[in-house]
Amino acid sequence: MRLSRLSLTAACLLGALSASAEKVQFNRDIRPIFSDTCFACHGPDENKIKGGLRLDSLEAARKGGKSGEAAIVPGKPEASEVMKRLRTEDPDDHMPPAEFHKVLSKDQIALVERWIKEGAEYQGHWAFQTPVKPAVPPIPAGGNAIDAFLASPLAAKGLAPNGPAPKATLLRRAALDLTGLPPSDADLQAFLADESSEAWPKALDRLLASPHYGEHMAAQWLDFARYADSNGFQSDTKRTMWPYRDWVIKAFNDNQPFDAFTIEQLAGDLLPNPTRDQVVATAFHRNHRLNGEGGRIVEEWFAENVIDRIETTGSTWMGLTMNCCRCHDHKYDPISQKEFYQLFAYFNSNDETGVLGEFGGSGRTRAGGNTPPVLSLPTEEQQQTIDAAAAKLAAAEQALKAIPTDQPEAYADWLAKQRAAVSKVGVAWEPLANEKVSAKENAEFKRLDDGSWLVSGGTAAKETYVLEAKPSGNLLTAVRLEALPDDSLPNKSLGRASNGNFVLSAFEVRLETADGKTTAVPLVKAEADFDQPGWTITKLAPIPMAKGKAKKPSDDKAGWAIAGNEAKNRVPRKAIFTVSPTPIPAGAKIVVVMRHEAVSAHSIGRFRLNTSSVDAKLLSLKTDPAAENARRLLAKPTEQLTAADRKALAKLFADSPEHPRAQAVAQVAAAKMAHDAALAAPVTVMVMKELPKPRDAFVLLRGEYDKIGPKVERALFRALPPMPAGEPNNRLGLARWLVDGKHPLTGRIWVNRAWERLFGLGLVKTSENFGSQAEWPSNPELLDWLAVEFVDRKWDMKATYKLIMSSAAYQRSAAVTPAMLEKDPDNRLLARGPRFRLPAEVIRDQALWISGLLVDQQGGPSVKPYMPEAVWDETSVYGDMRNYKADTGEGLWRRSLYTIWKRTAAPPTMMLFDSSGREVCTVKRSRSNTPMQALSLLNETTFVEAARKLAEQSLRRPGDADARLAWMFRRVVRRDGTPAELAVLRKGLDKRLATYAADATLAPKLLAQGLSPLPADLDKAQLAAWTVTANTLLNLDETVTRE
Amino acid sequence: MRPYDPVAHALSINRRSFLTKSAYGLGSAAFAMLAAKSGFGDLQAAPFSKGVLKAPHLPVKAKRVIFLCMAGGPPHLELFDNKPVLRKLHGQAFPESFTKGQQIAQLQGAVLKARGGSFEFKKWGKSGTEITDIFPHIGSVADELCVVRSLKTEQINHDTAHAFFNTGSIIKGRPSMGSWLLYGLGSETENLPGYIVLTSAGRTGQQPISSRQWSSGVLPSKYQGIQFQSKGEAVHYIGNPEGVCQSTQRQVIDEIRRLNGQLAQETVDPEIATRVAQYEMAFKMQSSVPELLDFKSESAKTIEAYGIKEIGDGSFASNCLMARRLAERGVRMIQLYHRAWDLHGGLDNGMKMGAEDVDKATGALIRDLKERGMLDDTLILWGGEFGRTPMGQGTGRDHHIAGYSVFLAGGGVKAGTTYGATDELGYNAVENVVDVHDLHATMLALMGIDHHRLNVKFQGLDVRLTGVAGKVVKGIMA
Repeated sequence: MRLSRLSLTAACLLGALSASAEKVQFNRDIRPIFSDTCFACHGPDENKIKGGLRLDSLEAARKGGKSGEAAIVPGKPEASEVMKRLRTEDPDDHMPPAEFHKVLSKDQIALVERWIKEGAEYQGHWAFQTPVKPAVPPIPAGGNAIDAFLASPLAAKGLAPNGPAPKATLLRRAALDLTGLPPSDADLQAFLADESSEAWPKALDRLLASPHYGEHMAAQWLDFARYADSNGFQSDTKRTMWPYRDWVIKAFNDNQPFDAFTIEQLAGDLLPNPTRDQVVATAFHRNHRLNGEGGRIVEEWFAENVIDRIETTGSTWMGLTMNCCRCHDHKYDPISQKEFYQLFAYFNSNDETGVLGEFGGSGRTRAGGNTPPVLSLPTEEQQQTIDAAAAKLAAAEQALKAIPTDQPEAYADWLAKQRAAVSKVGVAWEPLANEKVSAKENAEFKRLDDGSWLVSGGTAAKETYVLEAKPSGNLLTAVRLEALPDDSLPNKSLGRASNGNFVLSAFEVRLETADGKTTAVPLVKAEADFDQPGWTITKLAPIPMAKGKAKKPSDDKAGWAIAGNEAKNRVPRKAIFTVSPTPIPAGAKIVVVMRHEAVSAHSIGRFRLNTSSVDAKLLSLKTDPAAENARRLLAKPTEQLTAADRKALAKLFADSPEHPRAQAVAQVAAAKMAHDAALAAPVTVMVMKELPKPRDAFVLLRGEYDKIGPKVERALFRALPPMPAGEPNNRLGLARWLVDGKHPLTGRIWVNRAWERLFGLGLVKTSENFGSQAEWPSNPELLDWLAVEFVDRKWDMKATYKLIMSSAAYQRSAAVTPAMLEKDPDNRLLARGPRFRLPAEVIRDQALWISGLLVDQQGGPSVKPYMPEAVWDETSVYGDMRNYKADTGEGLWRRSLYTIWKRTAAPPTMMLFDSSGREVCTVKRSRSNTPMQALSLLNETTFVEAARKLAEQSLRRPGDADARLAWMFRRVVRRDGTPAELAVLRKGLDKRLATYAADATLAPKLLAQGLSPLPADLDKAQLAAWTVTANTLLNLDETVTRE
Repeated sequence: MRPYDPVAHALSINRRSFLTKSAYGLGSAAFAMLAAKSGFGDLQAAPFSKGVLKAPHLPVKAKRVIFLCMAGGPPHLELFDNKPVLRKLHGQAFPESFTKGQQIAQLQGAVLKARGGSFEFKKWGKSGTEITDIFPHIGSVADELCVVRSLKTEQINHDTAHAFFNTGSIIKGRPSMGSWLLYGLGSETENLPGYIVLTSAGRTGQQPISSRQWSSGVLPSKYQGIQFQSKGEAVHYIGNPEGVCQSTQRQVIDEIRRLNGQLAQETVDPEIATRVAQYEMAFKMQSSVPELLDFKSESAKTIEAYGIKEIGDGSFASNCLMARRLAERGVRMIQLYHRAWDLHGGLDNGMKMGAEDVDKATGALIRDLKERGMLDDTLILWGGEFGRTPMGQGTGRDHHIAGYSVFLAGGGVKAGTTYGATDELGYNAVENVVDVHDLHATMLALMGIDHHRLNVKFQGLDVRLTGVAGKVVKGIMA
């Protein structure tokens, strides 16, 4: 669609139209009214249509609703039901209904009437029509094509544009806009000295070539990408996504065209033979939060994450807000709920679960980490280590293969030798036979080859294990319990509690004779080779027994625990329960009951039981159970060996150092360990990895994960152009569709955001929404021209910035005349240069730069600058991000985009200055002005330290106090201070010099702020007084504003 | 259509007088114009203090809200909802007819058994409202309360349930209730933020709470809740840097004003005047916050009544007294989070400790407000993001959303009553069901706001606290 030329902005249309002869336009004039007041009940949402009437197309409006009256009769307002309903005084008939609380003004009603009278021509929503490049009007002197489009609206308003801003102001403006930092002294001098017409383009080229450009552009993109260093939600644990941040910075600095930039982030993994960087780029859609709360419903969060991707893609590339479509058809835009879920189908086939990974065992989500799929990013050095380790492993395996497993002669020798040795030692502990284990609640058991039981299944708060078995021997003197670690248990520990611990609250032994009679066997003593302090095993015995029923222990909390929450304690543990010696009649069973009732869900994860008939005094906790088992086997005469025994003996031989393979086996194990370590060393990043077969997608009724509706296939919105021919119908095709140059939104959205960055407001003020509720562009031809120009320039972002900044409009002075304020208060016509507060990151970065503290190092892991005490702990002590400790070196002074971001406790200063919280995609920040901002700039360590370093620099300048003040002023705002300004500063400085000279205790306190070194050679009172003045300068409106 | 901008207009026509009237180019005239911007004629008002509503939609019953958020989900069956039938069923299988197809959190896949209430109930006060006997202090003010026993929510995980309870939506970026109130009604204090959040932690059942719960979402960030910290400075950056005394700070602010004023002579930008005003308010806060935190003026009797062990110890008791002090100073929304109620296990003990920490202070706060005549125009809400299951989970209860209890007290609330009921097992709210939107609509109504008419345009939509739902519950209102 070609947007018609406009000489007026929408802002002043109403007044102007009444007097002008210009035809009323549906998109510009009528759609905003209908969209706001009518479409909720008479618009695109099929399910909410009232009275059967739709007003979003002429066809439907002509047909009318149930009443049968034509709502709109072109050319005849008097015959149009709409007009009657708008004007009637009858509350039953009046539209919109009173309870809707929407009232049309008289002017608006008149406008609707005129539109009908003029033929009631409908137009499709302008932003959904592919832009056509308008002809450039005559270019005014000193301007470029952009000024050509801006000229006539200005002239129509009778506004004369300002001349260019002072050069120093202009360069500061451009530097802050493009790099987020003030211009360097060298750049400033070069620019001021260069009076040629090339001065400005050269200055822009220098700024665009600065590595700081990429960092500054990335800061905003990270808002879109909802980048953070934590997983969000309840435990809000760590994740590692900074390699993606590095990718973004580099892409901007390399001036990667926006089409490639888009395709790689949305679908880099689907490109043919993608490079590592192209896959890293797909971290874009892994930056969303991941829920790790216990009791989360996996299907729910899977759906939430996919929906987050749709909303993020919609907001970032299309300026469409679609979250209402998850539940119902869009109220205002031609997007149906079905189409929403058709889009869902492009993003639901990542190889993922949808929830936070369980690190270190099932249910472990508080440790933090990257949830699969992940990409490992070895450095060159790490890759060499990995390759070397892999080669070593292969060689070791090869060597091992060469030695035969079957070694009958060696085995016979070994067996004879071992048997001779064993005959001298007895066997204290016997295995149980015919063991059966059951749980009172929902635990499940699996017998392992070594005779131990591995527990899995449900983790009830209170659980009891009951083991029945046939003991060997005819006397019972003791029962030994071994608790063993296992890889399947939380933290690979011994217990089933989420931290790896267990608490055994009771251990009972009974004897069940063949006739079914049960007798309790009283415990005499309990001892263990390790007790967690306060949770000793002695509390378990003696337990008074009565009729086989245990009395409830007096102390609910008593029990044996092994501090399995600590890594060093995740080793096998033993306990011996001595019983009063009890003869075992033939056919009797022993029953062991293990209760876990002291602490919720703290049950043992893997255990083995043995009994003894040896005098308890001879039993020791020091006995090695494995060796004992071996002795038992070796003690058996050959003819009594079962097949299992033979297998076990063969294994003993295979594991023994005397086996000819032993050395080679050890070498393989060592090589494997080294290889694993090498593989685990590199940093990883979460990425997209498409499943070979896409998952099915369904409409979710009312947007709820468990209300499955009809199945849907991948398809794009009908209201937008189709997929370009030949593209695959997947994420890659979708990405290419966005940037094929015909998509009506992508280019407009980007240039509008560029405009917003440079002018404070976009050509479309609602830069976050280009749907039918969008504001009419202040200059539609310019928007379309720029959008097409951007595509024509092959999506070259730097070139497009340069183009806009080369306009006279960008370079104008911000000075305001009353006429300007009156005629164009919001500066939509751009007769003057815009003035607005700097973004959060820039305010801090600028202070660091001014003070000389800024550590100019690009990329890498996040850093920890100064933050208030306990900033991470106020609301949560879950997860692995707590007890915030600031760095002590360079991390304190890096640019703000490197600051570590914990979503549930975001950096306070950033939040105070309207940064996005990074919970979800945010494409527009607010720009507030609050007392909290003043407190931060006045009192926060970062700014006080910056003031101190600025003072220090100033005091090292040549000249007297006035010369130094002038230098300081220039350093901060990049222009010369006026005599009046410098006089105010001088007067204040003198007062403070007196204050700090009078009380020598004050200066050292002030100067102690911040960890940067304090020079020994400067007078403390002087430095303190200058610090306060520097702080004053850092707080000026002009300092925190770019104009 | 773009609204007329009175500030810009005033600046343009009054520029000369504006510049000459004030000492350094800025001053009361600037404030006046800023006040004018918000549509009010009150020339003394600072920019922080006015809301978008020109006049209340409904009779104003309450001027401020104190929300005692019992984070983690206190069990209604132990506190406010006595279920003898459930007690009888204790330990037996929970009827499947209740639970089939329902959302369940940590009990997914477990055998479901009924768990009877652990504590006795008592009929309190003249009203005879049934409340647990482990809440004797809350019981003693039962005649001030309206206990809602039929609340329903939609979210079963903590984080999202809090978001829903605060913002009426799980769509991210929706403003919280406090931000809405501030946006609509403004603040009544120039010396403190209008929306303040205090947190405390119990001894068990501590669930994290995210700062996004008091975010202003799509509303400008000046409407966000300001969290008072329990460690370090109460308000971030409230204290002068060490070695900078108050008179020096005053000098700095005066100098900033002068220099900004000189700038304003050349650059007519209303933001400059606003910034100057914000520095003045920041300076005022620097003295009003310490004064606020200083409990010296509180009598020993008061301290004792709240059960404060140590002044400023960050306990719920200390925060309750702080809440009263904030209410006195005109803060619009005071939100206390007490993280103590996520009792999946060890419920009996956790409840006893929770009651010790919360009951006395809550009772004292209500009584104290009453004695000071402030209960009439202060709306109190006590409750969690959800309740807990009538089914046991080991020694505790799981999250439960189909029916639970909260109470309201104060301005415009029908005191000494109960509203709604759950079924005989305390599972589903069945009588006079109140959902979270209804609760919001009712609270706004008590504040004089028609919930349909407090909205903000965002991405082309009219965003409201109650979304497209919510009905005012007359039965809760006096």
